[in-house]
Amino acid sequence: MLQLDGITKSYGGRRVLDEVGFTVAPGRLTGFVGGNGAGKTTTMRIALGVLGKDAGSVELNGSPVTTADRRRFGYMPEERGLYPKMKVAEHIAYLARLHGFGKAEANQKATALLERLGLGERLGDLVETLSLGNQQRAQIAASLVHEPDVLILDEPFSGLDPLAVDVVAGVLQEKAAAGAAVLFSSHQLDVVERLCDDLVIIAGGTIRAAGTRDDLRAQHATHRYELVSRADAGWLREEPGVTVLDFDGGYALFDAADDTIAQRVLRGAVERGDVASFSPQRPTLAEIFKEVIQ
Amino acid sequence: MSTSTPTRTPSPAPTTARPAPSELQSIWLVAEREIGSKLRSKAFVISTAILVLAALASVVWGGFAANNASDSGTPVAVTSQTESAVSGLEGLDVTVADSDDAARALVEDGTVDAALVSGSSDAAFDYTVVVKDSVPSTLLQKLSETPPVDMIDPGAGAADALRYLIALGFGLVFLIAASTFGGTIAQSVVEEKQTRVVEILISAIPVRVLLAGKVLGNTILAMAQIVLLAAVAVVGLAVTGQAGVLDTLGAPIAWFAIFFLFGFVLLASLFAAAAAMVSRQEDIGATTTPITMLIMAPYFLVIFFNDNPVVLTIMSYVPFSAPVGMPLRMYLGDAQWWEPVLSLIVLLVSCVLAIGVASRIYRNSLLRMGARVKLVEALKG
Repeated sequence: MLQLDGITKSYGGRRVLDEVGFTVAPGRLTGFVGGNGAGKTTTMRIALGVLGKDAGSVELNGSPVTTADRRRFGYMPEERGLYPKMKVAEHIAYLARLHGFGKAEANQKATALLERLGLGERLGDLVETLSLGNQQRAQIAASLVHEPDVLILDEPFSGLDPLAVDVVAGVLQEKAAAGAAVLFSSHQLDVVERLCDDLVIIAGGTIRAAGTRDDLRAQHATHRYELVSRADAGWLREEPGVTVLDFDGGYALFDAADDTIAQRVLRGAVERGDVASFSPQRPTLAEIFKEVIQ
Repeated sequence: MSTSTPTRTPSPAPTTARPAPSELQSIWLVAEREIGSKLRSKAFVISTAILVLAALASVVWGGFAANNASDSGTPVAVTSQTESAVSGLEGLDVTVADSDDAARALVEDGTVDAALVSGSSDAAFDYTVVVKDSVPSTLLQKLSETPPVDMIDPGAGAADALRYLIALGFGLVFLIAASTFGGTIAQSVVEEKQTRVVEILISAIPVRVLLAGKVLGNTILAMAQIVLLAAVAVVGLAVTGQAGVLDTLGAPIAWFAIFFLFGFVLLASLFAAAAAMVSRQEDIGATTTPITMLIMAPYFLVIFFNDNPVVLTIMSYVPFSAPVGMPLRMYLGDAQWWEPVLSLIVLLVSCVLAIGVASRIYRNSLLRMGARVKLVEALKG
C-alpha cells in the first residue's frame, strides 16, 4: 500500500500541489487523471522520490519510503528516455542487472518481457531506431523488468495504437493480479475507465475525487434512464417525477426523481407495449471528470 | 530456460526481497556500460586508430631519420693528401681518389657531392672544396672548426628542438586524452539527464555509485588509450633501434601515466559535476568551458614556456598541469627525485577534494531539470 498524505509543493511561490493525498492499493490498478498542469507528473515524481516535497509524507505499508523501498518501485517518466545508442534488449537487461539480477537471468527476463510487449523482432536494434510507439513499449519494459512491487507510470498509453494499448493494459493487469500496486496517469479517459479499479482525479493541485471506480460512479450517479419500447413514449412527459431529456418515437432519455418512480415507469412501459431495453445511465468517467474539476 | 535459474523462484509475490548488488558491483556495471558504449562508437575507434598510427609514424620516421644520418652521409671524394681533413667526421660517405683530377672527375659525373683537393687560396686551409653547382652546407658545417665542449649535465642540455617536441608530445597527449574523455563523461551525464534515464537509474542505484561508475569507466578508457600510445612509442623506439631515447624518456613516460591517472580522475569528476548542472546538450559548454580551459592551459604553457624553469617548476606542482610539467622537468633533468613524489601527493589531495565537491554538485543538480543550476545552489543543495 502506497500512501501519499498532505503533499505540498510550490515552485517559486506558485503552489502546484496542495495537501495531495491518496492511496494506491496492492493488487489494484489506480488511474490518475487530471488536465494539463493539474499536478499529476509532479505528484508522481514526488512519490518516486526524484523530486523533493515542501510538506507531507509518502509511506509504503505504513512507514516512510526508504531508498531500499524505492528499488522495488518501477517508474516510467513522462519524458520518454532510454539511452538512444543502446540495443533494446541490452538496455533492459542492464536495468535488470542494476537491480541485482545476474547476467543470464537479466538477459532472459529482458527478452521475455520485450517479446511479451511485441518487440521480439527488435531486440538487437538501437533504441533510437525504434518508432515512438515501440520506444514507448521499451520504456514500459524498463519499468517492469525488475518485478517491482509498486509501479508508477506517467502516461503509459500515450502514443500507442489500440492494439498496443491492449497489450500494455494486459501486462499491467497481470502485474496488478500478481500483487503489485499500480498507479498510472492518462488522458485517455476511456482506457482508464475500462482498466482501473481505483480512480484519483486531480485539478489545480488538489485531489477532487478518489476512490474505487464503482463508488465514484455511484456517488455521481443520477437517476437517469434510457427506454426503448415499441409503443410511443410520449406518455412519459405526463408522468409525475419524470423529466424527459430526449424523446423520439419509442426512445426516451429521462431523469427519474428516485428508483421507485423509475420502476413505475418501467411497469407502465411494459403495459403499453414491448420494451426492447430499459437501462440506468451510469455516468462515464468523462462526465464525472468534468463534474468534479469544476 | 527457467530451469537454468534455480536460485530464484519465479514467485510473483509482491514482497520478493532481492539482495541489492553491492556498491562495487553496481559501480562496475555502470563503468562497463560506459566503456561498452564508447567502444561501440565508430568515431572513437577511428580516432584512436589515427592517434596510434600517428605515434607509430613519428617513432618510425624518427628511426629512419637517425639511420639515414649514420649510414648514408654526404658523398665526398678526397685524396691521400686531404684525407686527414675528414677523418673523425661523421655523416660523410668518403671515397678516396687517386689524384686531385680523379677527385674532380667524381664531382663532374655526380658520384660525389664534393671533393677536397690540395692547395688553397686561403692560408688558413690546406685544401679547397670543389663542388658542381651547389654548396653542401652539412659538409661545410662539419669541416668548420669547433672548440671542444665538456658537458657537465648532458640531460639539462637537451637540444631545443627535441625539448620542444617532447614538451609538445606530453602537452598534446594530455590535451587530447583529457578533453576527449572529459567531454565524453560530460555528454554522457547530460544525455542521462536529458533523456530522464537518470530518474530510472537512481531509483535502482545511489547517485554516488552512478558518478563513481562513470568516472571509473572513462578513466579506464583514457588510461587504456594512454598506455596503448606509450606502448606503441616504447616498442617502436626499441624496434627502430632508438633505445638511447628510451633510456632518457622511459621514466618520464611512466610518471606521465601515473600523473595522468589521478589528474584525469580529478578532471572527470569536475566534468561530470559541471555537466550535471545543465539539462540539454546545447548548454553543456556553459558550465564545462572553465574546465576545458584548465585542460588547455598546460598545453599552451608548455609550448611557450618549455625553456623557462620557473614556469615549468610551478606547472609541475599545480594539479592540472603537473601531468605535463613534471615529466618534462624530469626529462630535462631539472627535477630532484622527491619532486614527482611531492607533486603526486599534492595531486592526490586535490583529487580527493575535487571528488568531494564534484559529487556534491552532481548530487544536488542531477534531478533539477530545466534551467541551468546555479553553482551556489548546486553547492548548497
